[in-house]
Amino acid sequence: MTISAKKKKGMVILHIEGDMTINTAATLKKELMKLIAKPCEREIDLSEVSEMDTAGMQLLLLAKREAIRQNMPLRLTGHSRAVLGVIDTYNLAAYFGDPIWITGGAKA
Amino acid sequence: MSDNSSQFIQTFIAESHELLREMEEILLHLENGPHDADTIDALFRVAHTVKGSAGMFNLEPIVNFAHIVEDVLDRMREGEIEMEPDLIAVLLDSCDHMLLLVDVVAEQGGQLDEEAQAHEADLCQRLQVYQVGALAKHGDTKGGDERGTRVTLAEEKDTPLTASGGGEVSSDNWHISLRFARGILKESLDPIYMIRYLSNIGEVVSITTLADALPEVEDMDPEACYLGFEIDLKSDANKNTIADVFEFAHQGSLIHILPPHSKSTEYIELIRSLPEDEARLGELLVSTRALTQHELDDGLKEQMKGAQPDGTTRLLGEILVDQGSIGQEVVQAALDKQAQVKVNKGKESRYLRVQADKLDELIDLVGELVIAGAGANMLAHRSNNTPLQEATSTMSRLVEEIRDSALNLRMVQIGETFNRFQRVVRDVGLELGKNIELVITGAESELDKTLIEKIGDPLMHLVRNAIDHGIEPAATRVAAGKPEKGTLRLNAYHDSGSIAIEIADDGAGLNRDKILKKARQQGLVAHDATPSDEEIYNLIFEPGFSTADAVTNLSGRGVGMDVVRRNITSMRGTVHLDSEPGLGTTVRIRLPLTLAIIDGFRVGVGKSSYVVPLDMVLECVELSEAERQSAHQRSYLNLRGEVLPYVSLREHFESEGSGGRRENVVVVQYAGQKAGLVVDELMGEFQTVIKPLGKIFSNLRGISGSTILGSGEVALILDVPSLVQQAVTREAQQVSWQRPDQPAAVR
Repeated sequence: MTISAKKKKGMVILHIEGDMTINTAATLKKELMKLIAKPCEREIDLSEVSEMDTAGMQLLLLAKREAIRQNMPLRLTGHSRAVLGVIDTYNLAAYFGDPIWITGGAKA
Repeated sequence: MSDNSSQFIQTFIAESHELLREMEEILLHLENGPHDADTIDALFRVAHTVKGSAGMFNLEPIVNFAHIVEDVLDRMREGEIEMEPDLIAVLLDSCDHMLLLVDVVAEQGGQLDEEAQAHEADLCQRLQVYQVGALAKHGDTKGGDERGTRVTLAEEKDTPLTASGGGEVSSDNWHISLRFARGILKESLDPIYMIRYLSNIGEVVSITTLADALPEVEDMDPEACYLGFEIDLKSDANKNTIADVFEFAHQGSLIHILPPHSKSTEYIELIRSLPEDEARLGELLVSTRALTQHELDDGLKEQMKGAQPDGTTRLLGEILVDQGSIGQEVVQAALDKQAQVKVNKGKESRYLRVQADKLDELIDLVGELVIAGAGANMLAHRSNNTPLQEATSTMSRLVEEIRDSALNLRMVQIGETFNRFQRVVRDVGLELGKNIELVITGAESELDKTLIEKIGDPLMHLVRNAIDHGIEPAATRVAAGKPEKGTLRLNAYHDSGSIAIEIADDGAGLNRDKILKKARQQGLVAHDATPSDEEIYNLIFEPGFSTADAVTNLSGRGVGMDVVRRNITSMRGTVHLDSEPGLGTTVRIRLPLTLAIIDGFRVGVGKSSYVVPLDMVLECVELSEAERQSAHQRSYLNLRGEVLPYVSLREHFESEGSGGRRENVVVVQYAGQKAGLVVDELMGEFQTVIKPLGKIFSNLRGISGSTILGSGEVALILDVPSLVQQAVTREAQQVSWQRPDQPAAVR
């Protein structure tokens, strides 16, 4: 699991690659929280997240809550299948409020 | 659970097998190498998952046993006990036992027999040594039951609630309220699986995830679970079935399950017992339509009437106030939209589980398609209609591709089969006090699944033999100047349309003279015959060849070897043995890649046609009249200066007629041996669907099956290995007969 950050037009884009699971949660939390400590407009690119479980989702929820507290937008983009699966199961799309692809095949 | 879960139980069985195999692999790996936290975690996960999913199906015996294993692994994970050879041995046995349990309890629905039960008791005892600490820590008296989990069924509360009154709510959904224990994720029990599982027993109408319990960033433990869930489930299942889903939730989880049409006061009760803000929960239940506003109000009124005038009741009263003030429409809209999103079934996976018979059916159909396609093709060629011919040839190409990919579906890498022998080598080696390393190469070679299944037993026999009789005891090895550690190699590779599997040891090799002596005693070899080394070694595959009372370094080698050969021959394969005294023995098995459809080469003899597997055809040459004459005398052909044994199919099958003006030779190769088949006519490539021959024909030599031509005629498929063998033998005999008169005749 790796996180990289880059600036683009006054906005920070975080790119998470690899697993967001209980196994990586400790490192992920440390790095992610460090990266979102300063109030700023952010996007988290989830397209390379290969696996996600409840622990991983909790960290996204935590990040979102912090952003709401800072009154700063935090957008999730490029949700990978793994991420969409968790968001679907937990019905969190509305909470995050990001446009996502409806996973059509899975619903049928 | 109920009957409709039979499909899931199949999944459970398959997954348990995979997991336990993984566990075995890890354990074997641990035995030879260092371990780290990850591997032990992985072991723990296996035991835990098996236990957890067995619990979902109420398979008590599996749960109980897996629990003990899990405890031991948990202690290991905590660093309380060390990984040591004895422990690995116990765990390996436990792993086997769990496999047995899965087979007996889950698959056959039976119970362990006495012997297995005794074995289990023994295992438990051995495990207990390592488990003691865990028992003390958890305070469990017996393995398996984590009934400490608070599964509150509404039933239990019936009495006081009826007393307190309150009308039934109109919702016909179950309401499930979950607050998981913090530690649940660390137990590798992810709530997401339980929630996803719910969609197996009903329809998840709505689900709300509550993250209210998430603490401040610095206090948040990334491995703890802070989420809560309110779920409405539409299901015909009973309470127990639903409660079972959460049976394995960690102790300290709050789980409330309210059946459809519960009393509204029960909901209020629930709201009060949950950690979140009551107003928020009331609003949530209304918004997910578990309760109507009216019902909530009613329930509250009832509560007010009956309750003591203390702080809590007043707090509940405030819900009403809050309800009016919060902009409900906003939330409602968002939730309504989401309510339709059903919880996805199953895990995302790169693999698809398909039942084997469905696949077989597909292959059968493709087979018919190939035959039908050939028929259409032939008609098109006769019709002289060019566009039609073009269309059919495109179709043939596509059919060919479909055939290839359909057959590919059944192709399985042999590696998994090979890996199973790690365990055998280890166990048998330990038993005999030999230190043996198994080296696997070519694990990615693929062959048909049905063959993989059938090759297991013969391979097992050969591997055991190699360990038992091939590789010498350490002392002997050292004395012979060989490394103390014996090596056994399993290798697989593709070779002209077949797969070769080699089992090679670096042991003492076979004792040629002793086999020969024995064979002469048993009358397998004539007293004056001088067979080649190769022929001698392969004598051990002869049915009557027993060496039970013979030489030590050989005893047992012959026993059952004929069965090995018979098994392999029944798969249209061959087995062959090479041995080098002092250096080792190699057994080489050759199998066709598939059993169903092959590319064939059609040849004609007289009026009938025959099919030769195309992979075995090297070339075709014309048989000139002169060559034909001389061939009759010396039983081999001259292929550009090379001696080529041959079989005339006309003679072999005693076809009528004297053949055409021209004859052709199809040069075929099998296992490094070349031979010529003399035929009348070459008819070209032909996709061949192999139809087995009936039992009556099982003794026919030289025929391995039949196929149906496009015209509806039947063509026989030639058994090239046996024909080659026959040609070579005949040529060899001829040569040895000729030897006395003309010693330098051929070689």
